[in-house]
Amino acid sequence: MSSSLPNFGVAQPGTIAEAVAACVSHPGSRFMAGGTDLLVNMRRGIVSPDFLINLSGIDELTAIAADAQGMTIGAGVTIASLARNAAAVTQYHALAQAAAAIAGPGHRNMATVGGNLCLDTRCVYYNQSEWWRSANAYCLKSRGDTCHVAPQGQRCHAAYAGDLAPALLVLGAEIAIAGPKGRRRIPLSELYVEDGKAHLTLADGELIVAVHLPPGAPASAYSKIRVRGAIDFPLAGVAVALSASDNAIVSLRVALTGTNSWPFLLAGTDPFVGQLIDDKLLHAIDRLVQKQVQPMRTTLASANYRRVAVAALARRLIANLGGTAAA
Amino acid sequence: MHKHSPPSTKRLLKLKLNGRWREDAVSEQELLVDYLRDVTHLTGTKIGCDGGECGACTVLVDGEAVPSCITLAVRCEGRNVETIEALATQGRLSRLQSAFHEKLGTQCGFCTPGMIMAAEALLRSNPTPTDGEIRTALSGNLCRCTGYVKIIESVKAAAGVTS
Ligand SMILES: Cc1cc2nc3c(=O)[nH]c(=O)nc-3n(C[C@H](O)[C@H](O)[C@H](O)COP(=O)(O)OP(=O)(O)OC[C@H]3O[C@@H](n4cnc5c(N)ncnc54)[C@H](O)[C@@H]3O)c2cc1C
Ligand code: SF4
Ligand code: FES
Ligand code: FES
Repeated sequence: MSSSLPNFGVAQPGTIAEAVAACVSHPGSRFMAGGTDLLVNMRRGIVSPDFLINLSGIDELTAIAADAQGMTIGAGVTIASLARNAAAVTQYHALAQAAAAIAGPGHRNMATVGGNLCLDTRCVYYNQSEWWRSANAYCLKSRGDTCHVAPQGQRCHAAYAGDLAPALLVLGAEIAIAGPKGRRRIPLSELYVEDGKAHLTLADGELIVAVHLPPGAPASAYSKIRVRGAIDFPLAGVAVALSASDNAIVSLRVALTGTNSWPFLLAGTDPFVGQLIDDKLLHAIDRLVQKQVQPMRTTLASANYRRVAVAALARRLIANLGGTAAA
Repeated sequence: MHKHSPPSTKRLLKLKLNGRWREDAVSEQELLVDYLRDVTHLTGTKIGCDGGECGACTVLVDGEAVPSCITLAVRCEGRNVETIEALATQGRLSRLQSAFHEKLGTQCGFCTPGMIMAAEALLRSNPTPTDGEIRTALSGNLCRCTGYVKIIESVKAAAGVTS
């Protein structure tokens, strides 16, 4: 049993500027944070960069702090430390819950926030060994020319299945990005586009430095469906941030993952402001979720199950948070 | 199978392995599990899947349980790596190892090194865990033999927590 990976070089930058410079001078290189997504995909020959830029030696990326201005979470903060961070647990509950539900405990010790946000999209025809994919003539996402999920179409429908993104979306997160042209800050929602083959808007050489959350977060929660109670990616996941007064909605945000090629905020929730959290409202939310999610046959569980189950999760989270917020 | 790769470059890796500092020339693409098994010949750490799925390869890096099959060896520069071989002293099983032996927490034994290292990390930070805490700590380790009940009993026995 020897080297499970093809040859590649590794750079160990100590600063963000060095990491960006290394990326610019090695076209085709990839950033590696925890490596818990990238190295798995490399072992399966899904991606084969010949140069990796290891971000784990950059101190600036591991800063995490909360104050009156909100919370800043470095892209290199591990999922395990985020899950037990006091500010996340007490103020940004959906985020702590999402972190605790990622993969297994060993992965969480290595996996990072930045790597989670930039996770590759997933599909049952893609996350397979080299021989499996070659026997199936590969697919549109990589090296093939047909999509086995939607053979008529020209687009890859692989699902984005990161757990943190929906929680961060409902909490109003922005991300700080560094790249060859300097730094910029964008709402997290602008990091993604709905394209299974290219779901990130980062330019060449750009990396995520940190995530910023505004202060005064409303009550929030995250929940996912997965095949097993641990390890597994979400078949679908929902985050909700809700503030309510006298059982009526003051503000409501819902975001979804696992169902589409991008994580996204549910559109059309504004008209619910002022309405009572009752069966009628929950039914309307269920309808809205089912309308906007687009699960495809990218997982072993059926698309329809994911659609119905994710809507039920959204309903349940809102009912529970409504109870808490009203109390 | 893979596209043309550049020639492998080696680098000197210095780390503390099971209590002793050592230096080895390792390829940059070497996985920690391959380094442990092929270079240092510590074959107690097992490989049970094609990457990141099963926990059989779990070792401790700076006291934290991690899957060594998706960790590059060069990332462990200057760090403290512990494998299952670190636990027995002078041929005597550690308390946790004995507990797995006595409580039948091991059957075929393939998952055992990973299970024990994950449990070792737990007991160091939380010497008297609850059932739920044990289950969570071991939730990334798959076992195809025991049905897990005996494994949880073994960890409880080692911790001296009564059932
Ligand atoms: C068995 C198993 C189960 C899993 N289950 C889950 C799960 O339930 N939920 C879930 O969300 N994930 C899951 N994962 C995936 C993965 O462990 C996590 O998403 C993790 O957070 C990825 O982070 P990382 O630091 O390891 O990323 P890496 O593998 O290092 O990187 C992933 C991608 O992000 C890019 N990247 C990393 N950091 C940055 C940055 N700062 N800026 C720009 N790009 C960057 C890399 O270039 C790469 O393309 C699972 C993985 C395995 C192996
Ligand atoms: S959705 Fe289609 S193109 Fe995309 S990974 Fe799956 S099979 Fe391939
Ligand atoms: S060998 Fe299966 S997780 Fe490492
Ligand atoms: S004892 Fe056989 S896999 Fe666990």
